[in-house]
Amino acid sequence: MDLNDIWHLLDQIKDPEIPVVSIVELGMVREIQLEDQNVVVVLAPTFAGCPALQVIQEEVARRLYASGAGKAEVRFTYMPPWSSDDITPQARQKLTAIGLAPPPKHQGFIELALLEPVHCPYCGSSNTTIKNSFGPTLCWAIYYCDNCHQPFEQFKPL
Amino acid sequence: MTGYKADSPLYNYLLGLADDELILGHRDSEWCGQAPLLEEDIAFANLALDEIGHASLWYNLVAMLSKQDPTTYPDQLIFTRHPEDYRNIQIVELPVGDWAYSVLRQYLFDAYELTHYTKLMQSRYPPMAEVAAKIRNEEIYHIRHSSSWVQRLGKGTAESQRRMQNALNELWPYTGQFFQPMGGNELLVDSGYVPDSGQLQLNWEGNVVPFLQESSLEVPLAPRQKLSREQHTPHLKILLSEMQSVARLDYEAGW
Repeated sequence: MDLNDIWHLLDQIKDPEIPVVSIVELGMVREIQLEDQNVVVVLAPTFAGCPALQVIQEEVARRLYASGAGKAEVRFTYMPPWSSDDITPQARQKLTAIGLAPPPKHQGFIELALLEPVHCPYCGSSNTTIKNSFGPTLCWAIYYCDNCHQPFEQFKPL
Repeated sequence: MTGYKADSPLYNYLLGLADDELILGHRDSEWCGQAPLLEEDIAFANLALDEIGHASLWYNLVAMLSKQDPTTYPDQLIFTRHPEDYRNIQIVELPVGDWAYSVLRQYLFDAYELTHYTKLMQSRYPPMAEVAAKIRNEEIYHIRHSSSWVQRLGKGTAESQRRMQNALNELWPYTGQFFQPMGGNELLVDSGYVPDSGQLQLNWEGNVVPFLQESSLEVPLAPRQKLSREQHTPHLKILLSEMQSVARLDYEAGW
């Protein structure tokens, strides 16, 4: 098992709440240390209270052991904090395809990004209204498209 | 419980941050299934999960500082401590009250957290600065939500304004405790670990007072309490007896 194999393996692990994107595509994987088949993976959690975090942690360790790791450790880092800007362009397309509007890029200015119109993932219209800053998971907000009359969710900028 | 070091100012400060988040998170969770709108049911469940998530980051620092195991020590602190050993402020332990009361409590606390964490991000104690930076970004969503409700109810109908004003009259005295320094606090301020509480108070009032006035609310003139974090209302004991009930029956119980 080399570093490439580990990156590939991590890219197979999906966020349990958004099963179309991997933790690599979400930008959660900060560092991989490999020494004599002992692996340390450093992850940047998305929302601090995210209940999927422990599931992801266990899944990473389980897959690493299954692929022959002698020791597998998953650590968390908050410096710098995870940013939704770290989500890859491919992942943004995948989110749109399942009806989840990707977060606008904010470069640290989240308050400003929240003022920008959110585009409907179904028809592309910017004629949309926020219905709730909070949704079925910590990272989603609920919107309504006034053009195609479709409710949709957005991955919140963070 | 063991390893409880009440004598270190940094330990107490971190524990205060953690306990505030935990207890408010617990109160927020009480709206789950009972909020006046489905959207608010979802919002308060999210707020609860966020606050408890923030608490866990602070409890991890408490564990690290006292050289305890971060996988077990936070649970020990949460589920085996007595009410008198909790270091949260009283405003978070008060019962949920009516909707106006809960929304306003959330707003007053969110504004305090945002002011506080924006300063803590510059702490010379790096673990504290890291956690504050992480949490602050998430808090943007909290204040956006709670402030919009304060405004909507304050400027809404005569009934909603009356309830909001009643809530403000009742909650205002408790806000003095946001800025009441703990023992040994000056040491932490001098080393650049934490911000000066007098300055925090000025920043908070500079944001909150005009906002409340713009929301058609009258800011009470009543003096604000300067209680220490060792003093609690009887409500905390009731809250903890519920929160700790399973752990007290069987500490090893799995979920």
